[in-house]
Amino acid sequence: MIKGKFIDNLPKVYGIYTGGFLVFIILMAIAEQAGMSAKLIGIFFVAFTVLIYALIGWLSRTLQVDAYYVAGRQVPTVFNGMATAADWMSGASFVAMAGGIYFKGYGYMALLVGWTGGYVLVASLLAPYLRKFGCYTVPDFIGTRYGGNLARFSAVIVLTVASFTYVTAQINATGTIASVALDIPFGIAVYVGLASILMCSMLGGMRAVTWTQVAQYIVLIIAYLLPVFWISSKLGAGFFPHFMLADEVARIAELEGQFGFVKNSAADLATVPKGLAGITKAHSSVNATPWAFISLAVCMMAGTASLPHVMMRYFTTPSVRTARRSVGWSLFFIFLLYSSAPMLATLSKLSLIDPTLPTGIIGKTIAEVQSIDWYQNWNQANLMFISDFNGNGTLELNEFFMGGKAVVLATPEIAGLPYVISGLVAAGGMAAAMSTADGLVLAISNALSHDIYYKIINPKAETAKRLIVARVLLVLIGFAGATIAALEIQGILGSVIWAFDFAMSGLFFPLVLGVWWKRANAPGAVAGMLLGLISGTAYLIWVRSGGSGFLGITQLTFGIVGAAVSLVSMIVVSLITAAPDSATQKMVDDVRVPSGKTILAQK
Amino acid sequence: MSKQEQHWEKTRNLLFITLAIWFIFSIGIFLFGAEMQESSIRPFGYPLTYWFTCQGSLAIFVILIFWFAGRQEKIDDEFGFSEREGDQ
Repeated sequence: MIKGKFIDNLPKVYGIYTGGFLVFIILMAIAEQAGMSAKLIGIFFVAFTVLIYALIGWLSRTLQVDAYYVAGRQVPTVFNGMATAADWMSGASFVAMAGGIYFKGYGYMALLVGWTGGYVLVASLLAPYLRKFGCYTVPDFIGTRYGGNLARFSAVIVLTVASFTYVTAQINATGTIASVALDIPFGIAVYVGLASILMCSMLGGMRAVTWTQVAQYIVLIIAYLLPVFWISSKLGAGFFPHFMLADEVARIAELEGQFGFVKNSAADLATVPKGLAGITKAHSSVNATPWAFISLAVCMMAGTASLPHVMMRYFTTPSVRTARRSVGWSLFFIFLLYSSAPMLATLSKLSLIDPTLPTGIIGKTIAEVQSIDWYQNWNQANLMFISDFNGNGTLELNEFFMGGKAVVLATPEIAGLPYVISGLVAAGGMAAAMSTADGLVLAISNALSHDIYYKIINPKAETAKRLIVARVLLVLIGFAGATIAALEIQGILGSVIWAFDFAMSGLFFPLVLGVWWKRANAPGAVAGMLLGLISGTAYLIWVRSGGSGFLGITQLTFGIVGAAVSLVSMIVVSLITAAPDSATQKMVDDVRVPSGKTILAQK
Repeated sequence: MSKQEQHWEKTRNLLFITLAIWFIFSIGIFLFGAEMQESSIRPFGYPLTYWFTCQGSLAIFVILIFWFAGRQEKIDDEFGFSEREGDQ
């Protein structure tokens, strides 16, 4: 089979792929100069990349259980790092994160710290041990370590709640981008996005998702970094923004002091379209209390270590040692994008508010701003809005409103980059949202097909039947996610953060204590999972319905309540019930040693 | 103490060191965010707290994981618990 050869040739294959993609960008740039319309360029970018992913998905089709669930456990360290980075960085990271930093500054950057710091927990507490376990899914670990269908079933419930919350946001994001780039209504675009997601995962399961995610990482990182470097040079801010934007950060602080943050009246704000915000917080100063910052970071870190679609990526490495190193590579590839987001936010803000720059709009007359091309475009797309509240005819800082997505989507155009870059950014956003959605849909359907169908309902099912069930579930879950996404209940970023809190509430301590506390037993784990999830959810509902909350825990950090209840109930219930039998204790001992067969292979 | 217990003790100590470093840069320093921001230490010219949130802590986490992986591999080698060909 080509498989073995394919693994050996990975650097070459993806090297050619990257080169091909760069050539494609250049061709598009030439076509733009030759007069190709902006709309057509957008369509080409999204359609071309999605077709490539679909092709990879088709080439990776498989009829083997091992390949379908864990990509045959032969994904090399660095490539698994790239795949995890794509799996991890969602449409929200790509499209919304720089915008969040732009508007909320320091308080929001707790997410950057949380979404990277969590990987230290993954590497040191969980990933190598779960790899040694040799499981197919996260509930597979819970079910075998603690024993019993109830523990397995509870883990599937938590996994489904957390991942499903997350996946609707991702399908929503693919729909948003597809509808803008392909110029089709959102209700239809959601299903176009879904079809692309399913094409990548249905035939080849984890194997196909792995190789498409590597391809998607390459597209998304080029699409994010190229504009940041370009804009920085163009503004004269420096050719390497990460080390050279100190003056720009200081300049923004100076301008903020000069303009002041004028508070708008409620009546004025009511005229601003929904979803748009003005600059009301200082860019670089510490504008959140330590507890607000730390509690959000803690939730994101513990959530990272409990989200099954991330954890299962480390089941695909060839060994325990490579699983550990692979976590480091994942974080390195994530770091490349996350450390660039604040730079993009800085460049974007400065180019808009600095009156001495040709792109600056604050201080210009309202009529002048209204006549700018890009303002008209993005105003029409409902992502920008100005209004002369004080009637003096000039635009003030508090009279300019923007959508969070515009920071990533519109800055290239504002800075005067060619349209080809905007097309590239759309392809990058699509790649980010698709790769995460793929990982999530697969995590849910694998848990249902492996843990519920095969392990609980029909343990005698043969391979072919198991794989058919897995695929049918994949499609059903995809459709369910798309249907809910089409209803547009909640914003992209809000539901992403909730997913972390749900995962943390129910799974963090049962997973960690499963490795690190031998005395933990099945009743304790079930209590930890269910009570954690229930109390976290109850707190969320209470705060959402007007409850005051306590200890400054908000609807974004309800995981702290859930995880605390989970920890206490797990310890108490474990201690008042019988200790795990000697076979289970032996199993935990074996998990702690890298050498020897995996736990499930011993059975 | 059996070989395996010794191995686990070393592994656990490594975990505590790793988590201590992790705690400092993910939680500890942000208790003093406002104070650090005023510090005269300005990496690449950025205010200190701002720099930690956008680069410093993130980069330290990357290095920490590779350092941790290397140390854990040494511990595994020392006790002969590293994986051999055909283990999986």
